[in-house]
Amino acid sequence: MIWIGGAVLFWLVSWRANTWMARLPRSRLTGIAVPTLFGLALLVLWQGVVRGAHINPVLLPAPTDIAVKIASSLPILWADFFQTFVKGALSGYVIGCGAAVLTAIMVDRSPFLQAGLLPVGNFVAALPIIGMAPILVMWFGFDWQSKAAVVVVMVFFPMLVNTVEGLHASSAMQRDLIRTYAASYPQALLRLRLPAAMPFIFNGLKISTTLALIGAIVAEFFGSPIKGMGFRISTEVGRLALDMVWAEIAVAALAGSAFYGFVAMIERVVTFWHPSQRRG
Amino acid sequence: MNRKHSRVLPVLTVVLAIFVLWYAGAVALNAKWAEDKATRANITLSFPQLVADTWSQDKPKLPTPHQVAREIWKTTGAMALRGRTFSKRSLIFHSWITLSTTVLGFVMGAGLGILLAVGIVHSRAMDMSVMPWIIASQTVPILAIAPMVVVVLNAVGISGLLPKAVISMYLSFFPIVVGMVKGLRSPDRMQLDQMRTWYASKSQTFWKLRLPGSMPYLFTSLKIAMAAALVGAIVAELPINQNGGLGARMLVGSYYGQTIQIWSALITAAVLAAVLVGFIGFVQGATLKRMGMAQ
Repeated sequence: MIWIGGAVLFWLVSWRANTWMARLPRSRLTGIAVPTLFGLALLVLWQGVVRGAHINPVLLPAPTDIAVKIASSLPILWADFFQTFVKGALSGYVIGCGAAVLTAIMVDRSPFLQAGLLPVGNFVAALPIIGMAPILVMWFGFDWQSKAAVVVVMVFFPMLVNTVEGLHASSAMQRDLIRTYAASYPQALLRLRLPAAMPFIFNGLKISTTLALIGAIVAEFFGSPIKGMGFRISTEVGRLALDMVWAEIAVAALAGSAFYGFVAMIERVVTFWHPSQRRG
Repeated sequence: MNRKHSRVLPVLTVVLAIFVLWYAGAVALNAKWAEDKATRANITLSFPQLVADTWSQDKPKLPTPHQVAREIWKTTGAMALRGRTFSKRSLIFHSWITLSTTVLGFVMGAGLGILLAVGIVHSRAMDMSVMPWIIASQTVPILAIAPMVVVVLNAVGISGLLPKAVISMYLSFFPIVVGMVKGLRSPDRMQLDQMRTWYASKSQTFWKLRLPGSMPYLFTSLKIAMAAALVGAIVAELPINQNGGLGARMLVGSYYGQTIQIWSALITAAVLAAVLVGFIGFVQGATLKRMGMAQ
């Protein structure tokens, strides 16, 4: 009872603190403090309810149990992370995004192909591509190659659509200016249109970070060597060792957020001129 | 009208190119099996024979479109004609299960998303504390824990459609929150001031200005959410051997190397996605036209 009462009390107090902080003028400090406090309150509530209501750890382990599990099984988590994220997701991400950008540049000179590719690409991007996973696992075997292939297929179309759209982002005025400089096609592409396309390309890159991790993990459900995050999740669920599953999820969440944050950071450096990057 | 005409030809060309590549790929990928078979039988295949063989194998690496189409017809139309529409072997049965999960999850996700968006627009504290976590929640590969959610909810005694629908809900609420927050904030200063000069209460402003103003945003995000809900439903069907669904069909197909079966489930899922998103597009067109907002 004390556990639940304490947790609810903490929740109420932190919510009051948050409403108070939200009324202050917006600053960097409150922008970080408010969501952090909210996340902390969620964790405390979770811990309190699990401990207070004696919830079976098979159903929902407490955050502290998960933390202990993470600390005690670091080598396994690292091996899984390396297999799934570095070998599967990352290589597929680089190949898929690279291929999509190259394809977009190749069809760039043909409005006919673009008019055909865009609707088809948009349609394919809305399809449940993840269903291709069993087929690709069959084609490329159980190791990381098949995971990378799934990731390539998943990220290709969102990336293609974004890049093609981005290459049209420069305004007529800017293109005219470049033409008055007597720029050749490659010069115009490199100096004006690719830089102008960067916000769109990074939009696609950011969407693809999540897709890449999902693709690599789900593909492992269809067969994998005896390591990898997806493999671990599906086998530990079968053994009802939920604390290990949550540990993997924590790693996946951390890796996903870090990957996203990393791409967003590069975006800030590359597209510093774009209005959405302005501070202050 | 003119714009539409100019797009039909390129799209058809691309689709045609995909079919050509597909058939060529089938020859390339299935050729090894055909040649092995021929060497065992001590015959040499001429090229037309090779092509004919690669396009008609039982368990090809890549089935051809006409094989997939025949399989789909065999498990939908042909079964319906024999009066066994909802037999466990028919794709209509499996599609129905996936469809009901998707729609249930989508409705729950839309409800949750709209409620959260209303809260975020009206409370600054909620905006500042919840919004970053909603965005962070999407960098988590939630699909990866879909099996766990299904297993755990099954263990608590919640079984059937609901656990799978929860996954669909989780995937579909996010685009709706983001779209609705943008939509509910789309009325500009001038319009809000106008409401104030009419002495409108907060709820009147919401119902008469903010909500109608958000409709175009809502429908755009509903389309994305619907596609996401379908993906969620399919992945949620993967983990344990459940009694059906397109995802289960794919898993069984991959266990037994029934590539044609996987492809037919995949194509059916694609058709389902197109129909669902098209339906929302239709409702969008009708609604916005009635509201005088059609572009």
